[in-house]
Amino acid sequence: MKPILQWSCAAALLAVAAPALAALNIFATVPEWGALAEELGGDKVKVYVATNALQDPHHVEAKPSLIARARTADLVVATGAELEIGWLPLVTQQAGNPKIAPGKPGYFEAAAFVTMLEKPARLDRADGDVHPGGNPHIQTDPRNVLRVAAPLTARLVELDPANAAYYQERGKAFAERFGIAIGNWEKLATPLKGAPIVVQHKAFTYLIAWLGMNEVVALEPKPGVDPTTAWLSEVLALLQRQPAKMVIRAAYQSDRASQWIAERAKINAVALPFTVGGTPEAKDLFGLYDDTIARLLKGAK
Amino acid sequence: MPSPLLARSALALALVMAADVHAATDADLAEIRAQIRQLKESYEARIEALEQRLQAAEAKSPVAAASATAAVVPTAVPTVASTAVPTAAPHAPSGGIGAFNPAISAVLQGTYANFSQDPNHYAISGFAPSGDIVPAKRGLSIAESELNLSASVDDKFYGNLIFSLTPDNQVSVEEAYGLYTAAPYGIAPKFGRFLSSIGYLNDQHQHAWDFYDAPLVYQAFLGGQYQNNGLQVKWVAPTDVFLELGAEIGSGESFPGNSRNKNGTGNGIVYAHAGDDVDASNSWRAGLSYLQTAARDREYSQLDLAGNDTQLAFTGKSKVAIADFVWKWAPNGNAQERNVKLQGEYFWRRENGDLTYDADGALGLTQSGGYRSDQNGFYVQGVWQFMPAWRVGVRYDWLNPGSVDYGTNGAYFGSTSFNPQRTAVMLDWTPSEFSRFRVQFQQAKLRPDFTDNEIFVQYILTLGAHGAHKF
Repeated sequence: MKPILQWSCAAALLAVAAPALAALNIFATVPEWGALAEELGGDKVKVYVATNALQDPHHVEAKPSLIARARTADLVVATGAELEIGWLPLVTQQAGNPKIAPGKPGYFEAAAFVTMLEKPARLDRADGDVHPGGNPHIQTDPRNVLRVAAPLTARLVELDPANAAYYQERGKAFAERFGIAIGNWEKLATPLKGAPIVVQHKAFTYLIAWLGMNEVVALEPKPGVDPTTAWLSEVLALLQRQPAKMVIRAAYQSDRASQWIAERAKINAVALPFTVGGTPEAKDLFGLYDDTIARLLKGAK
Repeated sequence: MPSPLLARSALALALVMAADVHAATDADLAEIRAQIRQLKESYEARIEALEQRLQAAEAKSPVAAASATAAVVPTAVPTVASTAVPTAAPHAPSGGIGAFNPAISAVLQGTYANFSQDPNHYAISGFAPSGDIVPAKRGLSIAESELNLSASVDDKFYGNLIFSLTPDNQVSVEEAYGLYTAAPYGIAPKFGRFLSSIGYLNDQHQHAWDFYDAPLVYQAFLGGQYQNNGLQVKWVAPTDVFLELGAEIGSGESFPGNSRNKNGTGNGIVYAHAGDDVDASNSWRAGLSYLQTAARDREYSQLDLAGNDTQLAFTGKSKVAIADFVWKWAPNGNAQERNVKLQGEYFWRRENGDLTYDADGALGLTQSGGYRSDQNGFYVQGVWQFMPAWRVGVRYDWLNPGSVDYGTNGAYFGSTSFNPQRTAVMLDWTPSEFSRFRVQFQQAKLRPDFTDNEIFVQYILTLGAHGAHKF
């Protein structure tokens, strides 16, 4: 019993000391929302990002470190659309922090502010890892990031009204800079219009819709299901009839299937950052799309 | 703030005490079965209604219908996907009577077991048996099927009911608890029946374990898994390093305690868990737990020195302490390709009180004497996912019978220094996060001159609501 008493005392001391320093504690489930929160919140927020770009966002465990950070969070910024269903509800529950429960001001879901694509017409796990709310990888289209930025600014203002002017200022500045950047990216990406491409996982639906590329086929026979050699052979046969420029995958995915098809179909295998931190160049939200477009242009040659 | 919370907790506890779900009579079972049937019928009706709505929606939207058909045929030749945005199915929350249905999931399991020794004589030398530790029947059988219902109750509570359907057609309540979700300051009170959070493995359901059966320490010291009927309060410290303190009180009916027809509480539990990430690839959790409970006339049979299979009854206190540790590695935290999980737990148990020899008077030698035992044991295991979907694991169990003082009954029982031990290896295949197939071989030396070679083949299928990925 004695050590427990000592632990409690130490913990209580830390409890008193810790929160006084920080401003708004933000728990971002994925790097893109962490980066956006930093753009909007500046030095008035302290951002913790629960996962990194090399992790498969569908398969995350409710690690002790996540529970500890969720405990002190004032705001959770999640993608939603069931991307985090495997771990976030458990983390929130175990953290004992009612502020960040879904429905509370401390819970923000980006997918709620975006037009979702690929909403399944039927829900059946026989179709693979389907998300009832639609494809959750919304950050591959920067216009979605812009759509999320305004309501996220409003949420920061709601939670921290003392700094309202600061957040609004930053929100406006970000929207301006990012809007111009989107225009530039679209100009740069004109050669990609109509480019036939293969995706490894259906992770780029929004990117493809944004740039007007043409998704010929996915290497995964169903979302989240690893391709078999038999399936890849069928894909290869299809690619001989319907040639594609390149096969793209997210940084966190193994390159095996991509390389297999790239060698045989004589196309480029391109790894895209997918989120902030996925490549050395994708340091922030601007770098993310700079690098995505650069890699796509290189791959399309 | 604390006083209404206290009042609520007290009320909740009172309710838990009043609603004793343990003694299920045949009438109760019949009632439960009738309720399940009703539940099934009402769901079937709702599913049918939903299917009709879906068909109507598909008829209206040709693109959605086409993509649905394409998805149905798994072996279809890949088709050229259009860049056109498929028309989205309407996603407004549907109303009606089914709108607030709880999340439902089910776990289906089956086993093939092969024992070189008769599992009906399963016993661990030097350890008072708890009754329910036989890992499986010989041959083919289904294992426990589990049904899980959960939902928010209102703005303050969350409820979860997990019942298991045993292969011999019994229904048992695995967990039935409420969670107070509105508590501030990192406090999470839980009340009802739940798997206690002592140790690491105890509050995980059997289908989430990395091996077919429980480690020997769980079988010997906790009778498999420690279930608590009562109240649990956990507190997470507001620190960057995970630190959680917890306490439980309950009825104390689970082994090594038993039902004692007593007012008040029957056990007390405290634990502390800590954990963190070392870097992006390495995470750990460690814990210390302590359980104090008691038993009255806890009966078991044991061979005495004269070779009589005698009935014994223990009355007294039982204290269990557990130290647990888990380490996980995955390159950059991406466990999909490769990962390693190392885990170990050390158990210690002390029991002191009275032991009645020949408790049923079969030998006409009934007598009571002092009893004191001091025993311990551990297991360590490692699981390695060497490629996507495939894992291998190895586990080693070891028990120390320690010192057992039979007092005046010492004439009937000798002391043993035999260490029961067991070594297991397993291979499993996890085609998706909802299905797993496993084969496990183990060699158990649970008694002197006794070696049991065991083989288990197992499947675990999960359907329905998405489960949680626990650490």
